[in-house]
Amino acid sequence: MNALWGLLRKEGYHILRDRRTLAVLIFMPIVQVILFGYSIRTDVKDVRLVIVDPTPDATTLELRNRFRAAGTFRIVAVVPTEADLAPLFETDTAQVAVRFQPRFGERMAAGEMAQVLVITDATEPNSGSARQNYVTAVIQNYQQELRQRAGRIRIVPETRARFNPTRESTNLFVPGLMAMVLNIIAALMTALSLTREKETGTMEALLVSPLRPWQIIIGKVAPYLAIGFVSVIAVLLEAKLVFHVPVRGSVPLLLFEGMLFILVALSLGILVSARTSSQRVAMMGALIGTMLPTQMLSGFVFPLESMPPLIQWIANVIPAKWFVLVARGIMLKGVGLAYLWPETLVLGVMTLLLLAASARSFKVRLQ
Amino acid sequence: MTIPLPGRAFIRHTLVLARAEVLHVVRDRATLVQIIVMPLIQLLILSNVATFAIKQSPVYVVDADHTSTSRGVVRRLGASGLFNIVGQSASPDSADDAMLAGRVTLIMTIPHDFESSLVRDGSAPIHLDVNAEKGSAAGIVQSYAMQILASYSDELTTEIHPTTRTVQGPGPAIAPARGFGRIETRVQDWYNPTLDYKHYMVPGILVALVTMIGTLLTAQNIAREKEMGTLEQLNVTPITKAEFITAKLLPFWVLGLVDLGLGLIVAGVVFGVPMRGSLLLLFAAAGVYLVVALAIGLWVSTIVETQQQAMFVTFFILMIYLLMSGLLTPIDSMPHWVQLMSELNPVRHFVTIARAILMKGAGLTEIMRPLVILAVYSVVVLALSIRQYSKRTA
Repeated sequence: MNALWGLLRKEGYHILRDRRTLAVLIFMPIVQVILFGYSIRTDVKDVRLVIVDPTPDATTLELRNRFRAAGTFRIVAVVPTEADLAPLFETDTAQVAVRFQPRFGERMAAGEMAQVLVITDATEPNSGSARQNYVTAVIQNYQQELRQRAGRIRIVPETRARFNPTRESTNLFVPGLMAMVLNIIAALMTALSLTREKETGTMEALLVSPLRPWQIIIGKVAPYLAIGFVSVIAVLLEAKLVFHVPVRGSVPLLLFEGMLFILVALSLGILVSARTSSQRVAMMGALIGTMLPTQMLSGFVFPLESMPPLIQWIANVIPAKWFVLVARGIMLKGVGLAYLWPETLVLGVMTLLLLAASARSFKVRLQ
Repeated sequence: MTIPLPGRAFIRHTLVLARAEVLHVVRDRATLVQIIVMPLIQLLILSNVATFAIKQSPVYVVDADHTSTSRGVVRRLGASGLFNIVGQSASPDSADDAMLAGRVTLIMTIPHDFESSLVRDGSAPIHLDVNAEKGSAAGIVQSYAMQILASYSDELTTEIHPTTRTVQGPGPAIAPARGFGRIETRVQDWYNPTLDYKHYMVPGILVALVTMIGTLLTAQNIAREKEMGTLEQLNVTPITKAEFITAKLLPFWVLGLVDLGLGLIVAGVVFGVPMRGSLLLLFAAAGVYLVVALAIGLWVSTIVETQQQAMFVTFFILMIYLLMSGLLTPIDSMPHWVQLMSELNPVRHFVTIARAILMKGAGLTEIMRPLVILAVYSVVVLALSIRQYSKRTA
């Protein structure tokens, strides 16, 4: 135990001595959450609309006015034919086009069918469809008004967005962003620790010491847990004070889960470190190997429900997926362990497995 | 800047140094796997992540009305194929519980006087509670549900044929059933008619992977030489600054283009990503872009002292690349100042170019603006990293 204490002190000194890296470790998550908390949004606004109106008349002008008045649209051009659209779309000047049939108003007045074609740049299908929906809603509202007196049966949907009534993007993305930033930073902290000792040749010294493999692992992980704790608190304060994300559940539970999650990430880093022999390989593994998968499979930007079953299954190995559920659960829904025990259990088991695997790949090196 | 014209000596020196770099990478099996196999695997898996179509969303129905009309709503919801009714009850408690546990995306509540108010007033409310925790999926689910309700009201209108209409309808002169001329709204989705999200994601992910690998490898490169002490040895050789930087860039530039080529093959063969524009143009643009991305990596490498610092700085830059470039979330949704900042983001410009060429078949004139920005950028960053390196040798 004395030996372990010695190792812990030595690692502590190493971290404290390198002030620059320490500052980076503490400030990076704070800066990132601010920067990306503001950037990551999916609200559809300021839709760039083009009107194709071969024969402008009172009705089409009225509809154009409705688009202007809706607040979501900016009419960037009015062109006479559909042929003018392609360059506007290709340069990204326009996102949606509304094409009125020739003699639109005349047809309406004569009680005929008058056609509107909504052309969407569907390169990105998600926002594309959202914009399309906004456009058709304006047209439909107009038609509803015209038909109001016709006495149609109407079922009126009254919608409510639970857990995020204002549909504020940040409420949803900030907890996810926290998970992702903390995950990668923590994994990077430990990812180079053993590899660096291997590359500089100091690993032999550690191996001939009376320390057991698991003690070396603990010695390498524990000091960073302290830094991780500071980061968790800082990031949570930011979420609350800067982005006004509600914390409806228990704060101590959130801190505990945050620590558990940091521990998982640190363990992941130490496993990478134990299994690689050069810093380049360790970095590539820890950074390139975790970054995109964490961003895309954690349910932080892309909802897990809409992924194919196989991908959903693969996503289970991503620690951040579980913490995103926990963080949103405690912060937005205000639920406690009664609902979150499965996620907590998964994170706990992951930690044990990762640490055990690291200690094991260590023994191999001893032989 | 004194960049010498590429004379004979320049080319020879550069190639010799570049060869050493190539050997370093090729010798190491693990690195080779990481730069060729890992990106392809990630491309294959991650491209499937964002699918637009949401099938079989779990929904909970609270039907307090229990009439044939309310059951009709529930039946249409189930028959649409878009929803999976996981629970049904007359009280809201268990519905609430299911939503708190994250088991349902939507709760549909039909109030007890639903049918009677439909008959009496011609209109009645239905409450839709979407689980906003599900993000954009929630919005889509909500619009699906609203579409189903709208078409059911149409159905009811023709079915019931209420006498109330003649009472309220003031315009008997116009066609009686339709009232007024109808607007028929049709939609067209250009560039991605099947709304296949993969066509959009694959080019983006590919660019991200190539960028990440290139940036990290270059950022780590000189830092490693500093750590190992081999940089001094290079500094005392007659190699010029420009030769040094060029030689460090060249192998990774080729690697980036190779990775891009491999990725495009996967994109075309596996995902059927359309390639409507000129591939030659795409690779030319990629050549310019890679100079920017790699030079930024090298510049980082000249600034930092250790590989660990290189890694953290790279991490920071890559996060900005990925999260502020429109790769994952649309730039148009970002606040104005972020949009301005993203003009400095080379990934933003190249992703725009790649998507425009592949999906929209854009030509040189359409991509001129981002391409010129990248070209200017590449000159600036190259000059910067050569200058930065010279400070170290001085």
